[in-house]
Amino acid sequence: MAKFEISRRKFLTGASLGASGIMLSGCDAFDSQLSIGSGLRSFLENANGLTYRAQRLLAGRDTLAPEFTEADIRQPQRPNGVTAPDDDIYKGLLANNFADWRLEVTGLVEKPLSLSREQLQNMPSRTQITRHDCVEGWSCIAKWTGTPLSLVLDQAVVKPQARYVMFHCLDTIDRSLSGDIKYYGTIDLIDARHPQTILAYGLNGKPLPVENGAPLRVRVERQLGYKMPKYLYKIELVDGFATVGGGRGGYWEDNGYDWYGGI
Amino acid sequence: MESVARSQSAGPGASASNDTTLIYRQSRWTRLTHWLWAISLFFMLLSGLQIFNARPQLYIGKQSGFDYNNTILAIGAENTNAGLRGYTEIFGHRFDTTGVLGWSGPAGQETSRAFPSWATIPSYYDLGTARVIHFFFAWILTTTLIVWLVASTVNGHLRRDLAPRLDDLKRLPQDIIDHAKLKFHHTREYNTLQKMAYGGVLFVLLPLMIITGLAMSPSMNSVLPFLNDLLGGRQTARTIHFTVMVLLVAFFVVHILMILAAGPINELRSIITGWYRTDPPAQDDKPVERSA
Repeated sequence: MAKFEISRRKFLTGASLGASGIMLSGCDAFDSQLSIGSGLRSFLENANGLTYRAQRLLAGRDTLAPEFTEADIRQPQRPNGVTAPDDDIYKGLLANNFADWRLEVTGLVEKPLSLSREQLQNMPSRTQITRHDCVEGWSCIAKWTGTPLSLVLDQAVVKPQARYVMFHCLDTIDRSLSGDIKYYGTIDLIDARHPQTILAYGLNGKPLPVENGAPLRVRVERQLGYKMPKYLYKIELVDGFATVGGGRGGYWEDNGYDWYGGI
Repeated sequence: MESVARSQSAGPGASASNDTTLIYRQSRWTRLTHWLWAISLFFMLLSGLQIFNARPQLYIGKQSGFDYNNTILAIGAENTNAGLRGYTEIFGHRFDTTGVLGWSGPAGQETSRAFPSWATIPSYYDLGTARVIHFFFAWILTTTLIVWLVASTVNGHLRRDLAPRLDDLKRLPQDIIDHAKLKFHHTREYNTLQKMAYGGVLFVLLPLMIITGLAMSPSMNSVLPFLNDLLGGRQTARTIHFTVMVLLVAFFVVHILMILAAGPINELRSIITGWYRTDPPAQDDKPVERSA
Protein backbone atom coordinates (compact mmCIF):
# COMPACT_ATOMS: atom_id res chain seq x y z
CA MET A 1 0.00 0.00 0.00
CA ALA A 2 2.76 2.39 0.93
CA LYS A 3 3.97 2.09 -2.62
CA PHE A 4 1.17 4.30 -3.92
CA GLU A 5 1.07 6.86 -1.22
CA ILE A 6 3.02 10.03 -1.60
CA SER A 7 3.85 12.61 0.94
CA ARG A 8 2.32 16.04 0.84
CA ARG A 9 5.75 17.58 0.26
CA LYS A 10 6.41 15.35 -2.74
CA PHE A 11 2.93 16.08 -4.01
CA LEU A 12 3.33 19.83 -3.82
CA THR A 13 6.79 19.72 -5.39
CA GLY A 14 5.50 17.65 -8.26
CA ALA A 15 2.47 19.86 -8.68
CA SER A 16 4.46 23.07 -8.87
CA LEU A 17 6.94 21.52 -11.29
CA GLY A 18 4.06 20.46 -13.50
CA ALA A 19 2.49 23.90 -13.34
CA SER A 20 5.68 25.70 -14.29
CA GLY A 21 6.15 23.33 -17.20
CA ILE A 22 2.76 24.35 -18.51
CA MET A 23 3.60 28.04 -18.13
CA LEU A 24 6.83 27.64 -20.08
CA SER A 25 5.20 25.72 -22.89
CA GLY A 26 3.27 28.68 -24.22
CA CYS A 27 3.77 29.52 -27.00
CA ASP A 28 6.03 31.17 -29.50
CA ALA A 29 7.33 27.76 -30.56
CA PHE A 30 4.78 27.68 -33.38
CA ASP A 31 5.02 31.28 -34.53
CA SER A 32 7.45 30.69 -37.41
CA GLN A 33 5.35 27.87 -38.87
CA LEU A 34 2.19 29.90 -39.14
CA SER A 35 2.82 32.60 -41.75
CA ILE A 36 0.67 32.62 -44.87
CA GLY A 37 1.95 30.10 -47.40
CA SER A 38 3.92 27.97 -44.94
CA GLY A 39 3.33 24.23 -45.14
CA LEU A 40 1.86 23.77 -41.68
CA ARG A 41 -0.53 26.67 -42.06
CA SER A 42 -1.69 25.52 -45.49
CA PHE A 43 -2.36 22.09 -44.02
CA LEU A 44 -4.39 23.54 -41.15
CA GLU A 45 -6.33 25.72 -43.61
CA ASN A 46 -7.75 22.56 -45.18
CA ALA A 47 -10.20 22.62 -42.30
CA ASN A 48 -11.62 25.89 -43.67
CA GLY A 49 -12.52 24.13 -46.90
CA LEU A 50 -14.19 21.39 -44.89
CA THR A 51 -16.15 23.97 -42.89
CA TYR A 52 -17.23 25.72 -46.09
CA ARG A 53 -18.47 22.51 -47.71
CA ALA A 54 -20.16 21.27 -44.54
CA GLN A 55 -21.98 24.56 -43.95
CA ARG A 56 -23.01 24.87 -47.61
CA LEU A 57 -24.40 21.34 -47.39
CA LEU A 58 -26.35 22.12 -44.22
CA ALA A 59 -27.43 25.66 -45.00
CA GLY A 60 -28.11 25.23 -48.70
CA ARG A 61 -28.85 28.25 -50.83
CA ASP A 62 -31.78 29.88 -49.16
CA THR A 63 -31.88 29.31 -45.39
CA LEU A 64 -32.30 32.75 -43.86
CA ALA A 65 -30.23 34.42 -41.19
CA PRO A 66 -32.36 35.20 -38.12
CA GLU A 67 -34.24 38.48 -38.35
CA PHE A 68 -35.13 40.57 -35.33
CA THR A 69 -37.73 43.15 -34.28
CA GLU A 70 -37.61 46.94 -33.94
CA ALA A 71 -37.33 46.43 -30.18
CA ASP A 72 -33.98 44.73 -30.71
CA ILE A 73 -32.50 47.88 -32.26
CA ARG A 74 -31.03 49.34 -29.09
CA GLN A 75 -28.12 51.40 -30.38
CA PRO A 76 -26.63 52.85 -33.57
CA GLN A 77 -24.83 50.35 -35.79
CA ARG A 78 -21.28 50.05 -34.50
CA PRO A 79 -18.87 51.29 -37.21
CA ASN A 80 -15.59 49.43 -37.66
CA GLY A 81 -12.55 49.44 -39.96
CA VAL A 82 -12.34 52.57 -42.10
CA THR A 83 -15.01 55.02 -40.89
CA ALA A 84 -14.02 58.17 -42.79
CA PRO A 85 -12.23 57.49 -46.10
CA ASP A 86 -9.42 59.95 -46.73
CA ASP A 87 -9.42 59.35 -50.49
CA ASP A 88 -9.79 62.43 -52.71
CA ILE A 89 -12.20 60.69 -55.06
CA TYR A 90 -14.40 59.66 -52.16
CA LYS A 91 -14.31 63.09 -50.54
CA GLY A 92 -15.24 64.68 -53.87
CA LEU A 93 -18.22 62.38 -54.26
CA LEU A 94 -19.29 62.98 -50.67
CA ALA A 95 -19.09 66.77 -51.10
CA ASN A 96 -21.66 66.45 -53.86
CA ASN A 97 -23.81 64.08 -51.78
CA PHE A 98 -22.91 61.22 -54.17
CA ALA A 99 -24.80 62.76 -57.11
CA ASP A 100 -21.87 61.80 -59.37
CA TRP A 101 -21.38 58.38 -57.83
CA ARG A 102 -22.16 55.32 -59.97
CA LEU A 103 -22.19 51.61 -59.29
CA GLU A 104 -20.38 49.85 -62.13
CA VAL A 105 -21.28 46.23 -62.84
CA THR A 106 -18.57 44.74 -65.04
CA GLY A 107 -16.59 41.59 -65.79
CA LEU A 108 -18.28 38.40 -66.89
CA VAL A 109 -21.69 39.93 -67.68
CA GLU A 110 -23.60 40.29 -70.91
CA LYS A 111 -24.72 43.86 -70.18
CA PRO A 112 -22.33 45.98 -68.11
CA LEU A 113 -24.23 48.48 -65.96
CA SER A 114 -23.59 51.90 -64.53
CA LEU A 115 -26.26 52.67 -61.95
CA SER A 116 -26.87 55.92 -60.08
CA ARG A 117 -28.11 55.92 -56.49
CA GLU A 118 -31.60 56.90 -57.72
CA GLN A 119 -31.68 54.02 -60.19
CA LEU A 120 -30.74 51.56 -57.43
CA GLN A 121 -33.30 53.02 -55.05
CA ASN A 122 -36.01 52.80 -57.70
CA MET A 123 -35.51 49.05 -57.95
CA PRO A 124 -37.47 46.74 -55.60
CA SER A 125 -35.96 46.90 -52.13
CA ARG A 126 -35.67 44.65 -49.12
CA THR A 127 -35.56 45.77 -45.49
CA GLN A 128 -34.25 43.41 -42.81
CA ILE A 129 -33.37 43.70 -39.13
CA THR A 130 -30.32 41.52 -38.71
CA ARG A 131 -27.40 40.96 -36.38
CA HIS A 132 -23.99 42.04 -37.60
CA ASP A 133 -21.32 39.69 -36.25
CA CYS A 134 -17.78 40.96 -36.32
CA VAL A 135 -14.91 38.49 -36.61
CA GLU A 136 -13.54 40.10 -33.44
CA GLY A 137 -16.46 38.71 -31.47
CA TRP A 138 -18.99 41.51 -31.02
CA SER A 139 -22.53 41.73 -32.42
CA CYS A 140 -24.87 44.61 -33.21
CA ILE A 141 -28.47 44.53 -34.43
CA ALA A 142 -29.64 47.07 -37.03
CA LYS A 143 -32.20 47.56 -39.80
CA TRP A 144 -30.81 47.54 -43.32
CA THR A 145 -32.55 48.62 -46.51
CA GLY A 146 -31.21 47.97 -49.98
CA THR A 147 -31.49 46.45 -53.41
CA PRO A 148 -31.23 42.66 -53.59
CA LEU A 149 -27.95 41.88 -55.33
CA SER A 150 -29.67 39.14 -57.33
CA LEU A 151 -31.80 41.76 -59.10
CA VAL A 152 -28.71 43.70 -60.14
CA LEU A 153 -27.04 40.49 -61.33
CA ASP A 154 -30.13 39.53 -63.34
CA GLN A 155 -30.18 42.94 -64.97
CA ALA A 156 -26.53 42.59 -65.97
CA VAL A 157 -27.03 38.94 -67.07
CA VAL A 158 -24.20 36.94 -65.53
CA LYS A 159 -22.19 34.80 -67.95
CA PRO A 160 -22.12 31.07 -67.16
CA GLN A 161 -18.38 30.98 -66.49
CA ALA A 162 -18.64 33.56 -63.67
CA ARG A 163 -18.05 32.04 -60.23
CA TYR A 164 -17.54 34.96 -57.85
CA VAL A 165 -18.67 38.50 -57.30
CA MET A 166 -15.80 40.87 -56.54
CA PHE A 167 -16.57 44.09 -54.68
CA HIS A 168 -14.31 47.08 -55.29
CA CYS A 169 -14.35 49.89 -52.73
CA LEU A 170 -13.37 53.54 -52.61
CA ASP A 171 -11.61 53.47 -49.24
CA THR A 172 -7.89 52.99 -48.75
CA ILE A 173 -7.48 50.38 -46.02
CA ASP A 174 -3.71 49.99 -46.15
CA ARG A 175 -0.58 51.28 -47.82
CA SER A 176 2.09 49.10 -49.34
CA LEU A 177 5.30 49.65 -51.33
CA SER A 178 3.31 49.33 -54.54
CA GLY A 179 0.83 51.96 -53.49
CA ASP A 180 -2.47 52.35 -51.68
CA ILE A 181 -4.56 49.24 -51.12
CA LYS A 182 -8.28 49.76 -51.52
CA TYR A 183 -10.65 47.44 -49.71
CA TYR A 184 -11.93 44.60 -51.85
CA GLY A 185 -13.63 41.27 -51.29
CA THR A 186 -15.34 38.34 -52.97
CA ILE A 187 -18.31 36.08 -52.33
CA ASP A 188 -19.53 33.12 -54.35
CA LEU A 189 -22.69 33.26 -56.46
CA ILE A 190 -24.67 31.27 -53.88
CA ASP A 191 -24.23 34.04 -51.34
CA ALA A 192 -24.55 36.70 -54.04
CA ARG A 193 -27.99 35.37 -54.97
CA HIS A 194 -29.11 34.74 -51.38
CA PRO A 195 -32.44 36.50 -50.67
CA GLN A 196 -30.91 38.53 -47.80
CA THR A 197 -27.86 39.66 -49.74
CA ILE A 198 -28.56 43.32 -50.45
CA LEU A 199 -26.71 46.41 -51.57
CA ALA A 200 -27.67 48.58 -48.61
CA TYR A 201 -28.23 52.33 -48.88
CA GLY A 202 -30.38 52.69 -45.76
CA LEU A 203 -29.63 52.05 -42.08
CA ASN A 204 -32.22 52.17 -39.29
CA GLY A 205 -34.64 54.10 -41.53
CA LYS A 206 -32.13 56.77 -42.59
CA PRO A 207 -29.64 57.11 -45.45
CA LEU A 208 -26.53 55.02 -44.82
CA PRO A 209 -24.02 57.17 -42.85
CA VAL A 210 -20.42 57.60 -43.95
CA GLU A 211 -19.00 55.57 -41.04
CA ASN A 212 -21.15 52.60 -42.06
CA GLY A 213 -20.20 52.72 -45.76
CA ALA A 214 -22.13 55.45 -47.65
CA PRO A 215 -23.32 55.52 -50.30
CA LEU A 216 -23.54 51.72 -50.65
CA ARG A 217 -22.37 48.65 -48.75
CA VAL A 218 -23.00 44.94 -49.01
CA ARG A 219 -24.94 42.85 -46.52
CA VAL A 220 -24.13 39.12 -46.58
CA GLU A 221 -26.10 38.01 -43.57
CA ARG A 222 -24.81 34.45 -43.24
CA GLN A 223 -21.21 35.59 -42.95
CA LEU A 224 -19.07 37.81 -40.73
CA GLY A 225 -18.64 41.56 -41.11
CA TYR A 226 -15.38 41.50 -43.05
CA LYS A 227 -17.28 39.85 -45.94
CA MET A 228 -19.52 42.95 -46.30
CA PRO A 229 -17.47 45.70 -47.96
CA LYS A 230 -18.39 49.37 -47.52
CA TYR A 231 -17.93 52.38 -49.88
CA LEU A 232 -18.77 50.22 -52.88
CA TYR A 233 -18.31 51.55 -56.45
CA LYS A 234 -17.76 48.49 -58.63
CA ILE A 235 -19.06 44.95 -58.83
CA GLU A 236 -17.03 42.66 -61.04
CA LEU A 237 -18.07 39.15 -62.01
CA VAL A 238 -14.97 36.92 -62.12
CA ASP A 239 -14.13 33.24 -62.56
CA GLY A 240 -11.35 33.39 -59.96
CA PHE A 241 -9.34 35.79 -57.84
CA ALA A 242 -5.82 34.33 -57.90
CA THR A 243 -4.37 37.32 -59.75
CA VAL A 244 -5.95 40.04 -57.61
CA GLY A 245 -4.14 41.41 -54.55
CA GLY A 246 -2.59 38.59 -52.57
CA GLY A 247 -4.72 36.07 -54.46
CA ARG A 248 -6.80 35.00 -51.47
CA GLY A 249 -10.01 36.81 -52.43
CA GLY A 250 -10.05 39.94 -50.31
CA TYR A 251 -8.09 42.46 -48.29
CA TRP A 252 -8.52 40.66 -44.98
CA GLU A 253 -8.12 37.28 -46.61
CA ASP A 254 -4.75 38.43 -47.97
CA ASN A 255 -3.89 39.21 -44.35
CA GLY A 256 -4.80 35.78 -43.03
CA TYR A 257 -8.56 35.64 -42.57
CA ASP A 258 -10.43 32.71 -44.11
CA TRP A 259 -12.10 33.41 -47.43
CA TYR A 260 -15.22 31.77 -46.05
CA GLY A 261 -16.59 33.88 -43.21
CA GLY A 262 -19.59 31.78 -42.23
CA ILE A 263 -18.04 30.79 -38.91
CA MET B 1 -12.15 -9.20 -22.26
CA GLU B 2 -10.44 -8.72 -18.92
CA SER B 3 -6.77 -9.39 -18.88
CA VAL B 4 -5.12 -9.84 -15.56
CA ALA B 5 -1.50 -10.53 -14.90
CA ARG B 6 -0.17 -11.33 -11.51
CA SER B 7 3.44 -10.88 -10.75
CA GLN B 8 5.66 -11.30 -7.80
CA SER B 9 7.30 -7.98 -7.46
CA ALA B 10 9.90 -9.25 -5.07
CA GLY B 11 11.95 -12.44 -5.14
CA PRO B 12 10.99 -15.76 -3.64
CA GLY B 13 9.85 -15.54 -0.13
CA ALA B 14 8.19 -12.14 -0.53
CA SER B 15 5.12 -11.74 1.52
CA ALA B 16 1.70 -11.78 -0.07
CA SER B 17 1.29 -8.05 0.54
CA ASN B 18 3.90 -7.41 -2.15
CA ASP B 19 1.69 -9.07 -4.72
CA THR B 20 0.83 -6.63 -7.44
CA THR B 21 -1.74 -7.03 -10.12
CA LEU B 22 -1.56 -5.55 -13.58
CA ILE B 23 -4.91 -5.28 -15.27
CA TYR B 24 -5.79 -4.10 -18.75
CA ARG B 25 -7.83 -1.08 -17.80
CA GLN B 26 -8.03 1.32 -20.78
CA SER B 27 -8.94 0.11 -24.26
CA ARG B 28 -7.04 1.43 -27.25
CA TRP B 29 -10.03 3.61 -28.16
CA THR B 30 -10.03 5.26 -24.75
CA ARG B 31 -6.28 5.86 -24.92
CA LEU B 32 -6.27 7.17 -28.50
CA THR B 33 -9.20 9.54 -27.96
CA HIS B 34 -7.76 10.73 -24.65
CA TRP B 35 -4.58 11.93 -26.32
CA LEU B 36 -6.38 13.42 -29.32
CA TRP B 37 -8.47 15.45 -26.88
CA ALA B 38 -5.39 16.47 -24.92
CA ILE B 39 -3.72 17.80 -28.07
CA SER B 40 -6.87 19.45 -29.48
CA LEU B 41 -7.80 21.11 -26.20
CA PHE B 42 -4.28 22.46 -25.77
CA PHE B 43 -4.36 24.17 -29.16
CA MET B 44 -7.99 25.22 -28.87
CA LEU B 45 -7.35 26.86 -25.51
CA LEU B 46 -4.33 28.88 -26.64
CA SER B 47 -5.85 29.87 -30.00
CA GLY B 48 -9.14 30.60 -28.25
CA LEU B 49 -7.48 33.01 -25.84
CA GLN B 50 -5.93 34.73 -28.88
CA ILE B 51 -9.41 35.02 -30.46
CA PHE B 52 -10.78 36.40 -27.20
CA ASN B 53 -8.03 39.04 -27.19
CA ALA B 54 -9.59 40.57 -30.32
CA ARG B 55 -12.60 41.55 -28.19
CA PRO B 56 -11.72 41.07 -24.53
CA GLN B 57 -15.25 41.64 -23.27
CA LEU B 58 -18.10 39.28 -22.51
CA TYR B 59 -21.75 40.28 -22.77
CA ILE B 60 -25.17 38.88 -21.92
CA GLY B 61 -27.84 38.95 -24.63
CA LYS B 62 -28.27 39.00 -28.39
CA GLN B 63 -25.74 41.76 -29.05
CA SER B 64 -22.88 43.69 -27.50
CA GLY B 65 -23.92 46.81 -25.64
CA PHE B 66 -22.08 49.87 -26.91
CA ASP B 67 -24.72 52.43 -25.97
CA TYR B 68 -25.94 50.41 -22.99
CA ASN B 69 -24.23 48.14 -20.54
CA ASN B 70 -24.56 44.37 -20.74
CA THR B 71 -20.86 43.68 -20.19
CA ILE B 72 -20.08 41.17 -17.45
CA LEU B 73 -16.37 40.83 -18.00
CA ALA B 74 -13.80 43.20 -19.46
CA ILE B 75 -10.04 42.97 -19.57
CA GLY B 76 -8.02 46.02 -20.57
CA ALA B 77 -5.33 48.56 -19.80
CA GLU B 78 -5.82 52.00 -18.26
CA ASN B 79 -3.71 55.01 -17.49
CA THR B 80 -3.18 55.55 -13.78
CA ASN B 81 -0.88 57.70 -11.64
CA ALA B 82 1.42 54.69 -11.50
CA GLY B 83 1.54 54.45 -15.32
CA LEU B 84 -0.33 51.96 -17.46
CA ARG B 85 -1.94 49.15 -15.49
CA GLY B 86 -3.86 46.07 -16.56
CA TYR B 87 -7.30 45.52 -15.12
CA THR B 88 -9.95 42.84 -15.12
CA GLU B 89 -13.52 43.79 -14.36
CA ILE B 90 -16.03 41.08 -13.46
CA PHE B 91 -19.64 42.03 -12.73
CA GLY B 92 -18.55 45.59 -12.02
CA HIS B 93 -15.72 44.62 -9.64
CA ARG B 94 -12.37 45.83 -10.89
CA PHE B 95 -9.08 44.10 -10.10
CA ASP B 96 -5.54 45.14 -10.91
CA THR B 97 -4.10 42.31 -12.99
CA THR B 98 -0.99 44.03 -14.35
CA GLY B 99 1.57 41.56 -15.63
CA VAL B 100 -0.94 38.87 -16.52
CA LEU B 101 -4.24 40.26 -17.78
CA GLY B 102 -4.59 43.54 -19.66
CA TRP B 103 -1.01 44.77 -19.59
CA SER B 104 1.85 42.29 -19.83
CA GLY B 105 5.18 41.45 -21.45
CA PRO B 106 8.89 41.58 -20.71
CA ALA B 107 9.90 44.47 -18.43
CA GLY B 108 9.97 47.69 -20.43
CA GLN B 109 8.22 46.07 -23.40
CA GLU B 110 4.77 45.52 -21.94
CA THR B 111 1.85 45.75 -24.33
CA SER B 112 -1.86 46.13 -23.99
CA ARG B 113 -3.30 42.65 -24.46
CA ALA B 114 -5.95 40.74 -22.53
CA PHE B 115 -4.24 37.36 -22.19
CA PRO B 116 -0.43 37.44 -22.10
CA SER B 117 1.64 36.21 -25.03
CA TRP B 118 2.73 33.02 -23.24
CA ALA B 119 -0.93 31.98 -23.13
CA THR B 120 -1.76 32.49 -26.81
CA ILE B 121 -0.95 30.98 -30.18
CA PRO B 122 0.52 32.77 -32.06
CA SER B 123 2.32 34.63 -29.28
CA TYR B 124 1.83 37.95 -31.13
CA TYR B 125 -1.61 39.34 -32.00
CA ASP B 126 -2.98 37.42 -35.00
CA LEU B 127 -6.70 36.76 -35.03
CA GLY B 128 -6.78 35.17 -38.50
CA THR B 129 -4.16 32.54 -37.70
CA ALA B 130 -5.75 31.74 -34.35
CA ARG B 131 -9.04 31.08 -36.14
CA VAL B 132 -7.34 28.70 -38.58
CA ILE B 133 -5.87 26.72 -35.66
CA HIS B 134 -9.06 26.86 -33.60
CA PHE B 135 -11.33 25.52 -36.32
CA PHE B 136 -8.86 22.84 -37.41
CA PHE B 137 -8.79 21.39 -33.91
CA ALA B 138 -12.53 21.93 -33.51
CA TRP B 139 -12.99 19.34 -36.25
CA ILE B 140 -10.50 16.97 -34.57
CA LEU B 141 -12.12 17.41 -31.16
CA THR B 142 -15.65 16.87 -32.41
CA THR B 143 -14.73 13.88 -34.56
CA THR B 144 -12.87 12.36 -31.62
CA LEU B 145 -15.87 12.81 -29.36
CA ILE B 146 -18.12 11.01 -31.84
CA VAL B 147 -15.59 8.19 -32.36
CA TRP B 148 -15.22 7.80 -28.60
CA LEU B 149 -18.97 7.74 -28.07
CA VAL B 150 -19.46 5.00 -30.66
CA ALA B 151 -16.46 2.94 -29.53
CA SER B 152 -17.35 3.26 -25.86
CA THR B 153 -20.90 2.16 -26.51
CA VAL B 154 -19.73 -0.84 -28.49
CA ASN B 155 -16.91 -1.95 -26.18
CA GLY B 156 -18.91 -1.42 -23.00
CA HIS B 157 -16.73 1.34 -21.53
CA LEU B 158 -19.76 3.57 -21.06
CA ARG B 159 -21.92 0.97 -19.37
CA ARG B 160 -19.17 -0.65 -17.33
CA ASP B 161 -17.10 2.33 -16.23
CA LEU B 162 -19.03 5.57 -16.55
CA ALA B 163 -22.72 4.81 -16.03
CA PRO B 164 -23.73 6.05 -12.58
CA ARG B 165 -25.04 3.47 -10.12
CA LEU B 166 -26.86 3.75 -6.82
CA ASP B 167 -23.73 2.46 -5.12
CA ASP B 168 -21.81 5.50 -6.39
CA LEU B 169 -24.08 7.78 -4.44
CA LYS B 170 -23.57 5.79 -1.24
CA ARG B 171 -19.82 5.90 -1.69
CA LEU B 172 -19.69 9.61 -2.44
CA PRO B 173 -19.10 10.94 1.13
CA GLN B 174 -16.25 8.50 1.80
CA ASP B 175 -14.89 9.25 -1.66
CA ILE B 176 -14.71 12.95 -0.92
CA ILE B 177 -12.93 12.28 2.38
CA ASP B 178 -10.43 9.96 0.69
CA HIS B 179 -9.65 12.52 -2.02
CA ALA B 180 -9.22 15.28 0.54
CA LYS B 181 -6.69 13.08 2.37
CA LEU B 182 -4.96 12.25 -0.96
CA LYS B 183 -5.68 8.59 -0.19
CA PHE B 184 -6.36 6.72 -3.38
CA HIS B 185 -7.64 3.23 -4.04
CA HIS B 186 -6.23 1.73 -7.20
CA THR B 187 -8.96 -0.44 -8.59
CA ARG B 188 -10.31 -1.33 -11.98
CA GLU B 189 -13.39 0.82 -11.43
CA TYR B 190 -13.58 4.58 -11.42
CA ASN B 191 -14.61 6.08 -8.10
CA THR B 192 -17.66 8.33 -7.84
CA LEU B 193 -15.79 11.62 -8.18
CA GLN B 194 -13.95 10.29 -11.22
CA LYS B 195 -17.21 9.26 -12.86
CA MET B 196 -18.66 12.71 -12.17
CA ALA B 197 -15.60 14.51 -13.50
CA TYR B 198 -15.15 12.45 -16.66
CA GLY B 199 -18.89 12.24 -17.33
CA GLY B 200 -19.23 15.97 -16.74
CA VAL B 201 -16.51 16.78 -19.24
CA LEU B 202 -17.59 14.31 -21.92
CA PHE B 203 -21.36 14.64 -21.68
CA VAL B 204 -21.81 18.23 -20.50
CA LEU B 205 -18.80 20.49 -21.04
CA LEU B 206 -17.56 19.30 -24.44
CA PRO B 207 -21.04 19.12 -26.03
CA LEU B 208 -21.84 22.55 -24.58
CA MET B 209 -18.56 23.86 -26.01
CA ILE B 210 -19.45 22.54 -29.46
CA ILE B 211 -23.04 23.84 -29.31
CA THR B 212 -22.04 27.35 -28.17
CA GLY B 213 -19.28 27.35 -30.79
CA LEU B 214 -21.79 26.56 -33.52
CA ALA B 215 -24.18 29.16 -32.11
CA MET B 216 -21.59 31.85 -32.82
CA SER B 217 -21.42 30.93 -36.52
CA PRO B 218 -23.70 33.19 -38.59
CA SER B 219 -24.10 30.47 -41.18
CA MET B 220 -25.12 27.88 -38.58
CA ASN B 221 -27.62 30.41 -37.21
CA SER B 222 -29.48 30.10 -40.50
CA VAL B 223 -29.56 26.29 -40.13
CA LEU B 224 -30.34 26.17 -36.38
CA PRO B 225 -32.02 29.52 -35.66
CA PHE B 226 -33.46 28.23 -32.35
CA LEU B 227 -30.00 27.60 -30.90
CA ASN B 228 -29.31 31.20 -29.87
CA ASP B 229 -32.87 31.61 -28.61
CA LEU B 230 -32.29 28.63 -26.31
CA LEU B 231 -28.92 29.90 -25.15
CA GLY B 232 -30.07 33.49 -24.62
CA GLY B 233 -28.56 35.15 -27.66
CA ARG B 234 -25.27 35.01 -29.54
CA GLN B 235 -23.34 37.07 -27.00
CA THR B 236 -24.59 34.88 -24.16
CA ALA B 237 -23.49 31.85 -26.18
CA ARG B 238 -20.03 33.43 -26.44
CA THR B 239 -20.00 34.04 -22.69
CA ILE B 240 -20.98 30.40 -22.02
CA HIS B 241 -18.26 29.27 -24.44
CA PHE B 242 -15.71 31.21 -22.38
CA THR B 243 -17.09 29.98 -19.06
CA VAL B 244 -16.91 26.36 -20.18
CA MET B 245 -13.29 27.02 -21.14
CA VAL B 246 -12.60 28.12 -17.56
CA LEU B 247 -14.28 24.97 -16.25
CA LEU B 248 -12.24 22.77 -18.60
CA VAL B 249 -9.04 24.44 -17.44
CA ALA B 250 -10.12 23.83 -13.84
CA PHE B 251 -10.78 20.19 -14.70
CA PHE B 252 -7.34 19.94 -16.30
CA VAL B 253 -5.59 21.35 -13.23
CA VAL B 254 -7.41 18.99 -10.85
CA HIS B 255 -6.86 16.08 -13.27
CA ILE B 256 -3.09 16.66 -13.28
CA LEU B 257 -2.96 17.12 -9.49
CA MET B 258 -4.87 13.89 -8.95
CA ILE B 259 -2.54 12.00 -11.28
CA LEU B 260 0.50 13.34 -9.46
CA ALA B 261 -1.03 12.42 -6.13
CA ALA B 262 -2.29 8.98 -7.14
CA GLY B 263 0.98 7.86 -8.66
CA PRO B 264 1.92 9.43 -12.00
CA ILE B 265 3.85 6.42 -13.38
CA ASN B 266 1.00 3.99 -12.88
CA GLU B 267 -1.64 6.46 -14.10
CA LEU B 268 0.39 7.39 -17.18
CA ARG B 269 1.10 3.75 -17.99
CA SER B 270 -2.58 2.97 -18.01
CA ILE B 271 -3.45 5.82 -20.39
CA ILE B 272 -0.50 4.98 -22.67
CA THR B 273 -0.33 1.18 -22.63
CA GLY B 274 -3.66 0.36 -21.04
CA TRP B 275 -2.09 -1.60 -18.16
CA TYR B 276 -2.75 -0.49 -14.63
CA ARG B 277 -1.35 -1.77 -11.38
CA THR B 278 -4.09 -2.24 -8.82
CA ASP B 279 -3.71 -2.28 -5.09
CA PRO B 280 -2.61 -5.62 -3.66
CA PRO B 281 -5.37 -7.45 -1.84
CA ALA B 282 -5.59 -6.15 1.67
CA GLN B 283 -4.24 -8.44 4.42
CA ASP B 284 -7.31 -8.13 6.55
CA ASP B 285 -9.97 -8.40 3.89
CA LYS B 286 -11.54 -11.43 5.54
CA PRO B 287 -14.98 -10.63 6.90
CA VAL B 288 -14.62 -9.56 10.46
CA GLU B 289 -17.20 -10.38 12.99
CA ARG B 290 -18.19 -7.30 14.81
CA SER B 291 -20.10 -7.29 17.98
CA ALA B 292 -22.85 -4.82 18.26
